[in-house]
Amino acid sequence: MDDTPTIPDRTLVVWCPDWPLTVLGVGSEEPAVVLDKGRVWASSVSARAIGIGWGQRRRDTQARCPDLIVLERDEALEARRFESVVSALGDITPQVKVRRPGICAFNVRGPRRLFNGEAHLAECTATVVVEALAETLGAEVGYPEPRLGVADGLFAAGLAARSVTQAGLRSLIVPPGNTTAFLATQPVVVLDRPELTDVLIQLGMTTLGAFAALPVGDVIGRFGAEGLTSHRLAAGLGDYPPVCRPASDDLAAVIDLDPPVDRVDQMVFAVRSLADDLHGRLLSRGLACTRVVIEAETAHGERLERYWQDEGAMDSLAMADRVRWQLEGWLHGSPATRPTAGLVRLALVPDEVVPATGYQATFWGGASAADERAARGLNRVVGLLGPGAVQVPVWKGGRDPADRLGLIPFPVPPSRPVMPPNGDPPWPGLLPNPAPAAVHTGVVPVEVLDAHNLVVGVDGRGELSALPVGLRLGTQSTDLVLDITAWAGPWPVDEQWWDPDRHSRRVRLQVVTGDGTARLIVLEGGCWRVGATYD
Amino acid sequence: MSPSAVLPVGEPATPLKGCPPVLVEAGHRIRPTVLAINSTLPVTPVLTGLLPGGLRRGTTVTVSGVGARSLALALISVATVSGSWAAVVGDHDLGLVAALEAGVDLRRLVVVDSPSPTTWGEVVAALVGTLDLVLIASTPRVSGTVARRLATRCRQRGSVLIQVGDDRWPDRCDLRLMVVAGTWSGPQSGRGHLRSRRVEVTAEGRGVMAGKRRAELLLPGPDGAPVAVR
Repeated sequence: MDDTPTIPDRTLVVWCPDWPLTVLGVGSEEPAVVLDKGRVWASSVSARAIGIGWGQRRRDTQARCPDLIVLERDEALEARRFESVVSALGDITPQVKVRRPGICAFNVRGPRRLFNGEAHLAECTATVVVEALAETLGAEVGYPEPRLGVADGLFAAGLAARSVTQAGLRSLIVPPGNTTAFLATQPVVVLDRPELTDVLIQLGMTTLGAFAALPVGDVIGRFGAEGLTSHRLAAGLGDYPPVCRPASDDLAAVIDLDPPVDRVDQMVFAVRSLADDLHGRLLSRGLACTRVVIEAETAHGERLERYWQDEGAMDSLAMADRVRWQLEGWLHGSPATRPTAGLVRLALVPDEVVPATGYQATFWGGASAADERAARGLNRVVGLLGPGAVQVPVWKGGRDPADRLGLIPFPVPPSRPVMPPNGDPPWPGLLPNPAPAAVHTGVVPVEVLDAHNLVVGVDGRGELSALPVGLRLGTQSTDLVLDITAWAGPWPVDEQWWDPDRHSRRVRLQVVTGDGTARLIVLEGGCWRVGATYD
Repeated sequence: MSPSAVLPVGEPATPLKGCPPVLVEAGHRIRPTVLAINSTLPVTPVLTGLLPGGLRRGTTVTVSGVGARSLALALISVATVSGSWAAVVGDHDLGLVAALEAGVDLRRLVVVDSPSPTTWGEVVAALVGTLDLVLIASTPRVSGTVARRLATRCRQRGSVLIQVGDDRWPDRCDLRLMVVAGTWSGPQSGRGHLRSRRVEVTAEGRGVMAGKRRAELLLPGPDGAPVAVR
């Protein structure tokens, strides 16, 4: 854990209040709600004034206000309309990060200089947003004005935008260094973690300032990793900054689209598998993604890209949602933002990653005392050696001992498989029991010799060219040669012949040498190596 | 189990003078006791001839010879099934399928990268303090001081430190297990496959486990799990 407090970057947040209602053409004067899966997702100002709020059922809202306008949520429309706002912001800065339709943010460090200070920047941004809104939505609807907040970090800037209540004002700028004081007066419920904030309120801590004043060690001891994240937010230290780092390029998930795609519904499944692919790849390295770039290329060679960021790490479902929203915006948006041809390539590139700390076991109960103690010790070792240094077994399935069980970084989902699932189809060519106690990860070259000291080969039908009598530990003529006292095999394998990169054709042989050691010897690409030792 | 439960509990404090006998009696009745089951970790019945009563908590063990890894896996298998965690430090070659076949519960097995010599002591100490079983392989040059400190920590926390392999352990250990001879059966000039290995294992202990014992086992047996030879 990094003890030095780091101050997150100055961030500007643009918030269009009640966006789900705005896009449906409902002004703030009318009492209206938008439902998602039967519950209130958003409500207008006048509906809130009569006590209608998030999560209520349709029946309850209509009981309070019989002439309430009830609308169904239109996610696609929200994404489509917001894309025109985001692309208009491209005049201010190229790096706009969208959180979800209705809220986006950017780092003010660059544009601040260009626009001569934060106040002027906020003014110009507000003008751009208002113009873009008027263009997409039409001027006649009385929708709520966009609000802007500038503060240290995304969380504080978002709260600043929400704190703009004074009529006639569009933005609130928290001066640099004052963010902690600004946050201290906010109620704890803004953390949006009900399990945590309920406890805090019961303990008499109703403001972020009171929570931030607690010693960090005690917060971790009582509330775990989730508590630490919230504590950092409350103290104005941002979400994950000390451990955030740019991701390497090879983590990107890419699909090529042939024929070119110009409708979102053609890609629903591809988007999901793309997100799963990226998420799985990150997880196998013990990472989670906090900011992702969605890149697309059209048949006319246009390149589109957009950053998406949320507080905390995104899971595969969250990433798939964002890709879908972005495609809505690009493909079905206004003519100004729409590309001139269908998409031929879509890539999901992690831009900023953090060590995955998710999959915590349940907070109360679930794990035994020994499990909790072990998790504590292992977390400490991860802290000493770095992420990925502690690994746990996971069942993969395969023909060789090295393939059947693999290692993934700790911490891991509690439900990972560690043995073959029931009804696992048989693997033809699987080596018989018992399994070797040492599986060599490095290459240990050897030579299998016949009676004339020549290297034994294997023909196309998997037969040995001569009887093996000696095993040379190495490839030099001076290396030690052991007598082979017993041997079994050969067992040929021809795996993944359909994939030129992963195609593996090899022959396995069990040999027992004069010193009593049994080894599994593998011939692949004309070279013998020790695959495993029956230690 | 909480660490305090494994600490040896001495005789109760001598009762105060003039204390009514009924209170002394009650004091005897409610004094904390340590059950044998809490001071040992269970081992597979195949090894009870070598470790009567099980694997004592708070001890250091070395396992050596050809077949040390198989023997170490057999040693920890039943303890992991009954809820103890095991860490393997610095042995990425450990056969996980062999561990599964030996009966180890892989949900409680972790593999830790080989730490650099400077952090080695700290990492192993962190593991010894929180996990019941710590297997160390390919130790860097461990000083006697570090080894003694780890042994003390094992005694305090009730963990078992197991050194696997033929490296020298710079401290007196409580139990030495050694595979002294092994013969494979199964393959015959190309036919069949490796079935089992008959080994002779010796155990030499000190303190409570003093004495020398020997046993013959199939390690591994035909299905991978160790089998006693009668």
